[in-house]
Amino acid sequence: MTNRPSSRACIVGIGETKYQRDRSAKLTNLGLQLEASLAAIADAGLERRDIDGLIPFPNLANSEELAANLGCDKVRFAAMVAMGGASPVGSLALAADVLAAGRASAILIPAGWAAFSGPRTRELVLDPARLPGGLIAADYYFPHGFTAPMQWYAVMAQRHMYEFGTRPEQLGAVAVAARRHAQLNPNAVMRGRAMTMQDYLASPMLADPYRMLDCCLETDGAAAVVVTTEERARDLRSHGVRIEAAGAAQPHPADEITNRRDLFRTGLGAAAPETFGRAGVRPTDLDFAMIYDCFTFEVIHQIEELGLCKRGEGGAFVEGGRIALGGELPLNTHGGLLSEAHVLGLNHVVEAVKQLRRACGERQVAGAELGVVTGWGDFGDGSLAILSRA
Amino acid sequence: MEPAEAKTDAIESTGSGAEFYAWCARGELRLRRCNACQAWCHVPRVICPSCAARDWSWQPVRGTGRIYSWTVVHRAMHPAFAGDVPYAVVVVALDEGPRIVSGIVDCPIEELAMEMPVEVAFERSDRLGERVLPRFRRVGRATSGAPR
Repeated sequence: MTNRPSSRACIVGIGETKYQRDRSAKLTNLGLQLEASLAAIADAGLERRDIDGLIPFPNLANSEELAANLGCDKVRFAAMVAMGGASPVGSLALAADVLAAGRASAILIPAGWAAFSGPRTRELVLDPARLPGGLIAADYYFPHGFTAPMQWYAVMAQRHMYEFGTRPEQLGAVAVAARRHAQLNPNAVMRGRAMTMQDYLASPMLADPYRMLDCCLETDGAAAVVVTTEERARDLRSHGVRIEAAGAAQPHPADEITNRRDLFRTGLGAAAPETFGRAGVRPTDLDFAMIYDCFTFEVIHQIEELGLCKRGEGGAFVEGGRIALGGELPLNTHGGLLSEAHVLGLNHVVEAVKQLRRACGERQVAGAELGVVTGWGDFGDGSLAILSRA
Repeated sequence: MEPAEAKTDAIESTGSGAEFYAWCARGELRLRRCNACQAWCHVPRVICPSCAARDWSWQPVRGTGRIYSWTVVHRAMHPAFAGDVPYAVVVVALDEGPRIVSGIVDCPIEELAMEMPVEVAFERSDRLGERVLPRFRRVGRATSGAPR
């Protein structure tokens, strides 16, 4: 056994629905995911019956109904990665391992929801039973009005600002860059709605330091990817994207955000060094990064946890155009959860694949060869995948 | 309900809040402490995360600490708190070590500050159930007496 397998998994198919905010839409989680899945399977040049593995997003669809609808009658692997928003990238890591073990040959990973026309994201999080350690939140968070991810993460952001001098304009730099990128993306719901730093600073404060424009969108939409072995990928028509390495980890404790010995050590910080080591690359080798951007500070936080800069330097890192297209490390070139759509972070994987296929048109990162995608979920679960142009 | 000094089977897997708040109703802030290794544990767990013992009790803490972090909520995300905005949520680092999520009393939100010394002040609340909550106020300030 070598540390780095000579044969790696490849993402060979990507699919997306239209991303939208239309209250009158009659869409369902399952329907959206099926549309994206069909697109991804077709993009891969596979037949539906070729899919023999399924890793859906927890609580939004299950493998049984997906397989039944898609006519996948040879499913021999089905699982879910229960890491909230870190699930899709964590699912890539699982898929790579399952393929290497020979337990499936073509794995479909769908995610998506009608989170605008259906039950809104903000409504879903009102139920503590949906949270890891939900009874903890019900007993010790909710009675004080500490009821939503925005508020839970705000106390991390606030402490970071105190310890390291991180400023509102640095949070704003993340939001402004995402919005600028969205102007180049036909499927971004914020295309056509430009935003300046002044707009950012003027947006209403919701949970200090988070303003409205620090927050991800609530949208309808789904994405899907198909992952297969490198050998199989060679025979397929689409340009394969290799998973050089992928990993995931939990913070400790994973179900309670305020009592970590080190408040800023998340799952990503635990997983990143090991995953970069397996990939045999360094953070400085990356051509782009797709960072799970539920809220702006979590981007700064993950930049630090990924090892792109030192602890406390994430605020300075995002300034001066470094994370914009044309900068040193373009970040979330699709607009992300902040300005494209909230597709649970699977849209970040799709965008990374498009960049490596050099299919991004006017938002293409020139010469893109290597990129990273991260996931962030629940109270700080983390995942990352290092992807390369095969 | 009457608070229990020691473990009971009932709270082990179904949440510890009832016992925690029963102590608060008596004006006592108590956290779980391991009888074997003396480690404090908040939030409570079924077994001691430090030594894995299943032998703990609710022990009083001094009720003093410092503001470790905070947020001021200007838009309630849960309808039960819609009438309370703007309100502060604070994370207090207790002198014994554990951090506790709470709120602040007798302190204008613009005067909230990191590392501000605070002490527990119990306050009755009907948000999401009737409870006496452990809230915190600045140390060295007289209380106005009127709960917010």
